Amino acid sequence: MSVASTATLTDLRQQIEGIERVYRRARTVLPFDVLAIDAKLPGGGLALGALHEIAGGGAGAVDGAAAVALAGGIAARTGGTVLWCHYSDDLFEPALARFGLTSDRVMFFKARDERDLLSAFEEALRHGGLTAVVGELAGLSHLTSQRLQLAAEQTGTMALAVRRWRRHVDAREYGLPTTSFTRWRVTAIPSAPLPVRGVGRAKWHLELMRCRAGNGADFEVEACNAKGLIAIPALLADRSAEADERHVRAVS
Amino acid sequence: MSGTSGPSRDRPLVLKGSDGRRRVISAADDLALQVGARVGMPVAKAGSLFSDLVILDADPVADAVALEKLAIWALRLYSPNVAADAPDGLILDIQGASHLLGGEAGLIEDAMRRLGDLGITAVAALADTWGAAHAVARYGGQGHQIIESGKSGEALRRLPVEALRLPAEMLPDLHLLGLDTIGELSAKPRPPLAKAFGNKLFRRIDQAFGRTPEPIEPVDAPELIKVQRVFAEPIGAPETIEKYTRRLTDQMCDRLEQAGLGVRRLDLHFTRVDNRVETVFIATAKPVREPKRLARLLCDKIETVDPGYGIEKMVMTAAFVETLVMKQTLASFEVAARPDVEDLWDVLTNRHGEGCLYRAIPTATDIPERGIKRLPPGSVDTGSSRNADYRRPQRLYRKPEPIMALAGLPDHPPRAFTWRGQRYGVTCADGPERVQGEWWVSDREKGKVRDYFVLEVENGERFWVFRTGDGQHESTGSLIWYMHGKFE
Repeated sequence: MSVASTATLTDLRQQIEGIERVYRRARTVLPFDVLAIDAKLPGGGLALGALHEIAGGGAGAVDGAAAVALAGGIAARTGGTVLWCHYSDDLFEPALARFGLTSDRVMFFKARDERDLLSAFEEALRHGGLTAVVGELAGLSHLTSQRLQLAAEQTGTMALAVRRWRRHVDAREYGLPTTSFTRWRVTAIPSAPLPVRGVGRAKWHLELMRCRAGNGADFEVEACNAKGLIAIPALLADRSAEADERHVRAVS
Repeated sequence: MSGTSGPSRDRPLVLKGSDGRRRVISAADDLALQVGARVGMPVAKAGSLFSDLVILDADPVADAVALEKLAIWALRLYSPNVAADAPDGLILDIQGASHLLGGEAGLIEDAMRRLGDLGITAVAALADTWGAAHAVARYGGQGHQIIESGKSGEALRRLPVEALRLPAEMLPDLHLLGLDTIGELSAKPRPPLAKAFGNKLFRRIDQAFGRTPEPIEPVDAPELIKVQRVFAEPIGAPETIEKYTRRLTDQMCDRLEQAGLGVRRLDLHFTRVDNRVETVFIATAKPVREPKRLARLLCDKIETVDPGYGIEKMVMTAAFVETLVMKQTLASFEVAARPDVEDLWDVLTNRHGEGCLYRAIPTATDIPERGIKRLPPGSVDTGSSRNADYRRPQRLYRKPEPIMALAGLPDHPPRAFTWRGQRYGVTCADGPERVQGEWWVSDREKGKVRDYFVLEVENGERFWVFRTGDGQHESTGSLIWYMHGKFE
């Protein structure tokens, strides 16, 4: 690609961002610290001050266990206080410490219904004192996602919507358009066998289903560790292909 | 009564008052009631019948003052609308106030506990109207009663006519007519009775049944800081109410600043032109004196106020205050990047109720479902890190579900299991982690055992299952397998 056409491209990108009103705030990102994933995301990571959706695949669409783990890990890495909104009665709060979200950093909000949850979600995003707000919910209309997105944008708080449905068939909803920046689906896959008896680190099939200003992708990763970091399994990371994957970190 | 100056507790005690003509017993303690003294009995008769009776003068004025004090105590803690229900009761309007203490039952329980700590034996009743609550508390028979909304009439009909707060001289005549219960009385045609007893009788009945409103005039405490605004022209539009709420909040904060106080609970009463009082209030976790923040919290609640034909007076009362010293904000090298989140917790708590927002603190117990304590946002408890290194699932089913499992005894993990109609083959497993029943919590848990396993199944999902019993001793459990949680 010639230098001139790169310049044109950058120019066009800026114009589009202008139309999308993304320019408002110099957007900062939270990288996954996994090159293969960060390369697929505009800016080199998950945008702060934006809405991201996470759901489980397969049985995970109903129980949302893996989605909670991923959201917990991301929220933990934002570094500040986190509000966790939910209305389920099967969340076991102390388990979030396994992904780095220790009890001193997270406050929980148990809503009576989804309406209450959304109002608290938005209120918390607008406040600005938190670094991330997680909401476990089923329905997310285009309009609601817009509201959440705007609230997140104003304060630079990361909004994580963990989508979880009562029935498998409802999970079809996940295809409907929203204004979220990224949309992820995480499905448990068999983990690498350990040399001894026991259960090792969980493994996920992580799909980036939708990404604003980027393309979809999918990855095979190891689940969040106690620092909230996911990792590419060793065999894959050693692959030479990654080295020549050209990647320029976008500056914004 | 306590202290050395008080009369002995071993002797029956009565207080004497006057009923206009003679001196009668106005109050008697349990011991006196046991020996046979009754309220209303002439003092001379009681003195001659029961030789060791201690008779003291009743002091109705001091009683009234003490009751007023108690009303202010309740005003601070429970509800913006509290009045003394002389001579021996308090009346609280807890509409919109109970959610802060875990509902109506929670509020009553809390009030009874605190009154008990103060050395006051009390009974409580909750009903739709002042009259009904008064009647059920005194004549309902049982300790604490909550009459469901709309059922007050039913509860009232069974009670004696004494419960209606009627003048004492009216009661013998009613009994003479054979009208012993409120049900009998309210079923009678009104005109003949009204002629004999006057309007007061039916006003009390209507008030008890909720047909005539009976507003509670909140107790007035001079020491509470109060600001008010009277409108020449009644206001009704939400924007106007909001505007004046902000002004009153500004004034309130000035007054608080002079006194060096911060507010923990702020009440705002709206007096309507039809003389009804609408009340909203807010509570904060720590004392606050910022007009912006307080106005924000109050304005959130304005939509619940029904202005009716207009509001002619707004009164703002600092119901519960604490000292708030000036804090110097230092020019620090380390600039706080993000604003304080405490006001967000206040906003959410005031909007959705106290229990909604919580910190989850791990506790020192082996039983997973007990391993968590939910505390309010302001708490500083850090809990116990005893279980920090154990693998616990993020989804924990509140009620473990029985599963069909195939496993070797005594301590092998299942090879396969069936849960919710689906069969899973286990590829790898961790365990057992043995959890013993806590005999100090419940006798039935004594000697009981659960063996927990982490299982990964063929498609990669991970479950947390347990077996009751250790597989060797029958007394430890029935060897049934349960699904208890789901990992990532």
